[in-house]
Amino acid sequence: MNVIPTLLILLMALVVAFAQAWWGGLRGWIGVQVDLLPALMVCAALQTRLATVALLAVFGGLGFDALSANPWGISILPLFVVGLGLYAWRGLILRQQAFAQFMLGLAACGVVPLLTLLLLLTAGYAPLVGWGTVWQLAVMALVGGSLTPPLCRFFEAGQLALSYRRHTQSSFRPDRDIRRGRR
Amino acid sequence: MLKRPHYVALIIVTLIALVVLNLPGGAVARLRFAFNGFFLPLFGFAATSQNLAGQAGDLLVPRRELIRENQQLRRDNQQLQLVATQAVEIARENARLRQFLGWREQAPWKGRLKLGQVILREPANWWRTVQIDLGSRDGLRTNLPVLTVEGLVGRVSAVSFDRAQVVLLGDPNCRVAALVENATRDNGVLGPSGPVPGDVAVLSYLPPGAVVKPGQKVVTSGLGGIFPKGIPIGQVLDSQSVEFGLYVEARVKLAANLNGLEEIWVLMP
Repeated sequence: MNVIPTLLILLMALVVAFAQAWWGGLRGWIGVQVDLLPALMVCAALQTRLATVALLAVFGGLGFDALSANPWGISILPLFVVGLGLYAWRGLILRQQAFAQFMLGLAACGVVPLLTLLLLLTAGYAPLVGWGTVWQLAVMALVGGSLTPPLCRFFEAGQLALSYRRHTQSSFRPDRDIRRGRR
Repeated sequence: MLKRPHYVALIIVTLIALVVLNLPGGAVARLRFAFNGFFLPLFGFAATSQNLAGQAGDLLVPRRELIRENQQLRRDNQQLQLVATQAVEIARENARLRQFLGWREQAPWKGRLKLGQVILREPANWWRTVQIDLGSRDGLRTNLPVLTVEGLVGRVSAVSFDRAQVVLLGDPNCRVAALVENATRDNGVLGPSGPVPGDVAVLSYLPPGAVVKPGQKVVTSGLGGIFPKGIPIGQVLDSQSVEFGLYVEARVKLAANLNGLEEIWVLMP
């Protein structure tokens, strides 16, 4: 079993969660902070195993909440539900296509924050919600969707660079083998 | 189609989420800050890159510009010294009058302010918090007021050994007793306005007859015991009567630029 894709995606999740908290991004201009963990979940669900998807949901969710004022662990389930849905139906998706990745990223980056908000409201918390939330979700979905294909390419390249080398052509030549016994 | 391993994974992840969400408060705080340990290398990397960028920027500033800025700062310093001398005299007079009237003397801020730097901002759009590089090792505890030279920023909401979380004005968990500097000095409660824009908050529960006009200043009222009286909060943008005239609500443009916070002051007890 190759653990490199799993380690790579978890490392990317840490970096993404930290970068979102460290860099103000679009917040200063348009009042929206983009969340790229759902986009990363799309890449993981399309390219890795179920265990990796689950680990990304747990590790990424806990990492995001550790840097946020969210209750610790609230982001795990929304991430995993989206990841599991994609993983279960990925056989029906043209997952190598950039447009498919964009559309999946668009949907995931809109649905994950929406599910998190619903969970927060259900649990009795009072997050900042209003008409501005629609604008925020739209921007998050659009920017997240646009960044999903490059993120998937980066993940693929990282996997290729760090995984075992692909098996190349064998040196065995059938026209030069020594046959023993009677013909 | 979902298969058996999918259901098993869903159940396991749901259980993990439920266990984490139902942990007792103290354990969550400890685990949360322990989990932050994973980010330590990234903190180091971010600090180093910021330092390098700062040094590169310093090298690019021409000497003439530095001399001009230095002269400007000297002039500002002299003006501020004059204002400070006047303020000291007014403070003495105020203290004497308070003594005559038998009022309790207010504790001066000098020596109680601790400078901190904002190291992280809230990654979620539905809260307004920042993390600063001061913690319990610096004597911080929860509910201490946080401000900048422009005005009030928020209060300390959680403290670890070397970091603290500050909940900013406009967050649902940061409500401030405030008053409008009008003729009747009407009191209200400053609370959240909405997700966007980030530099506006709502001053609610002003009395029904309150005359609140755009441009009037809003400061802390000192009620509630967390924020001392008189810290600038912002200016009134507009006001309206709500709940069938039960009270007046005003939108307030915050004085401090919460999106561009870099350095803050914590008012120690």
